[in-house]
Amino acid sequence: MAIIIDMPKLSDTMEEGVIAKWNVKEGDKVSSGDIIAEVETDKATMDVEVFDAGTVLKLIASEGDAVPLGGKMAIIGDEGEDISDLLDGDSGGSAKKEKQSEESSKDDQKEEKESSGDKSDEKKDFDPIFGDLDKDKKEAETDSSSDDDDDGRVKASPLARKMAKEQGIKLSQVKGSGPNGRVTKKDIESFDGPEKAEAKPEQPAKQESKKPQPQAESRGTHEDVPVSQMRKAIARRLSESKFTNPHFYETIDIDMKKAIEVRKSLNELSDVKISFNDLVVKACAVALRKHQKINSSWMGDFIRKHHGVHVAVAVAVDEGLVTPVVRNTDQKGLSAIGAEVKELAGKARDKKLQPDEMDGSTFTISNLGMFGIEEFTAIINPPNACILAVGAIRDVPVVEDGQVVPGKRMKVTLSSDHRVVDGASAAEFLSTVRSLLENPMNMLL
Amino acid sequence: MPQLQFREAIREALVEEMRNDDSIVIMGEEVAEYDGAYKVTQGMYEEFGGKRVIDTPISELGFAGIGVGAAMNGLRPIIEFMTFNFAVVGMDQIINNAAKLRYMSGGQVKIPIVFRGPNGAAGQLGATHSVSYESLYAHYPGLKVMYPSEPGDAKGMLKTAIRDDDPVIFLESEQMYGLKGEVPEGEHIIPLGKGKIKREGSDVTIVAHGKIYHVAKKAAEELAKDGIEAEIIDPRTIKPFDMEMVIESVKKTNRLVIVDESHPFCGIASEVGFQIQRDAFDYLDAPILRVCLPDAPAPFAKNLYDYWFPDAKQIIDAVKTVTYSK
Repeated sequence: MAIIIDMPKLSDTMEEGVIAKWNVKEGDKVSSGDIIAEVETDKATMDVEVFDAGTVLKLIASEGDAVPLGGKMAIIGDEGEDISDLLDGDSGGSAKKEKQSEESSKDDQKEEKESSGDKSDEKKDFDPIFGDLDKDKKEAETDSSSDDDDDGRVKASPLARKMAKEQGIKLSQVKGSGPNGRVTKKDIESFDGPEKAEAKPEQPAKQESKKPQPQAESRGTHEDVPVSQMRKAIARRLSESKFTNPHFYETIDIDMKKAIEVRKSLNELSDVKISFNDLVVKACAVALRKHQKINSSWMGDFIRKHHGVHVAVAVAVDEGLVTPVVRNTDQKGLSAIGAEVKELAGKARDKKLQPDEMDGSTFTISNLGMFGIEEFTAIINPPNACILAVGAIRDVPVVEDGQVVPGKRMKVTLSSDHRVVDGASAAEFLSTVRSLLENPMNMLL
Repeated sequence: MPQLQFREAIREALVEEMRNDDSIVIMGEEVAEYDGAYKVTQGMYEEFGGKRVIDTPISELGFAGIGVGAAMNGLRPIIEFMTFNFAVVGMDQIINNAAKLRYMSGGQVKIPIVFRGPNGAAGQLGATHSVSYESLYAHYPGLKVMYPSEPGDAKGMLKTAIRDDDPVIFLESEQMYGLKGEVPEGEHIIPLGKGKIKREGSDVTIVAHGKIYHVAKKAAEELAKDGIEAEIIDPRTIKPFDMEMVIESVKKTNRLVIVDESHPFCGIASEVGFQIQRDAFDYLDAPILRVCLPDAPAPFAKNLYDYWFPDAKQIIDAVKTVTYSK
């Protein structure tokens, strides 16, 4: 009995997954627990496991394809099994073919063989379904290669299509404003992509002697990079946060002299090297336990005060950033925090973070100190109410007992959602964080 | 230019043509002594007498047939149906004889006849007295179909219909007989198959004929307040249809809404929509939409009737959909 492998829900927020890699090919045997594919979700690249043994009969999606949640990825079953009914609806053409009487499919077979002798040699058991699928695929391929429009599946009004062709615009690069993303006349008229000038590279070359193309020259060249799932998620979530959450910012300057000393002595004992960031994480966790208002979320018609303190740490990766969570941060010691952050950051860079390792934070810390950034503001990571932006520790002259002496200072900026947190509450929290970092022994209490 | 009622404009065409041509006669229920059920033929019995203005019994099949026979024998009859709902009874004469005799006789006979009368729904008259017949007659080869929307057009078109050597279905409306408009005096001819741009606009083309043209006009006025300028084309003649005018307009506006007071399936809107998508496909920026009656007979109850008959809002909605401004 063949089964369909659907796109699984690999993260709470994913709507589609991109097949990053197939680990199997059609005809391969798989057994339960095998990782058959890697799928890029909006959060991470995840493994797709099979729960049944069998033979891979059909890979419906190709590498690079975006498959909607629940969409068909592959079919697994017994070797040689008829899976035409499972493909029903997936490809209208093949489904119809299957419904024809046996006789007509035999005729098809004959025709197919006659028309392409080399093809029939390739296939010992001719299958009208797959035969046609392949044919469709090949036709589509030749279509797209011969078609300079390169707009096979773009929805566009007939007029927009004609205008795009006349103006050498690639329809696939025009964002459609009509129903279902239909590209309309207006979209073509307002399209300002430099593609317009570049679309027909041969023509300007020919015309060069006649008249120069100032437009094309002034626009210069560029590269269009497809938007990854992670960038899409960052774009969506942070735009939403920045545009809907009323952010306000408070900056505090912290004397890090004692923290530096404490870290030095701790690192002499600890197996794991404790970073300044770990100290900040710990200080925040302790302060969050004390200031519950900060450890909250805006829920629309109520405010949720979280009982647990789960601090997320922003980690930069190639494609963007992720925010793995150190759970129950306030209950963990510095070396435990240090070890966990290190492990999570490593996983993040290897794209191995699991969605549950990124969910459920109540507060986030973003540290750009290592780049020498003095101070900055961060966008709140929803559903958190606050995010702390941590700057570098600077050597600064400070006044102590009327004397200018060398000092170590670090600026941190708290971005708060004003719907949840008010200025005074944020200030109280920052004040606690400062006193903890200035007297690190208090964190141990 | 004199302001005349729709009925007066029709009468002017009838009288002027009958004065010019003795072979023209008019027949129908109550057309003579009663001066016409809707007073279209008022005074004509007095002027032309009982041999040319003829009252008939309630027998549409009979007098439609007499008309066809008279046309075969050299007269130019005008048959008035009290409404086209009653002409259903005489349809064999219209569709089989009037429409086909010239063709079947190899051109030996011509049938210069006009069948005229009110068409379509006219308020709470019930399901059987509220039917729009233009698409049905336009369906059959051999018939020309006209449905004017304004008095001036009515006069010029009816003169053309009377002078045509083939059968013409000339549709009017009970609700328009009192409508006033400018009507040119004397010789005023509107050629067959010639539409008119009744309102110029650049954002959408609305095709509307007959009575419902006035609903479209109202919708266009409302749309203008939202900055959408609709071009309204009144094709006037349903068959042959001035498709060229619509194509030229769609080339300019890129959008088309067809307003038709008949049912949707196989209606005028279907045919116009088909032809425009075929001939102006590359100029369309949105699917063609139509506003017409639902696929249901006319209800009697006032609230249901108002719901059933298309209003300006439906046209506005359709225009906003095709202009992507919804």
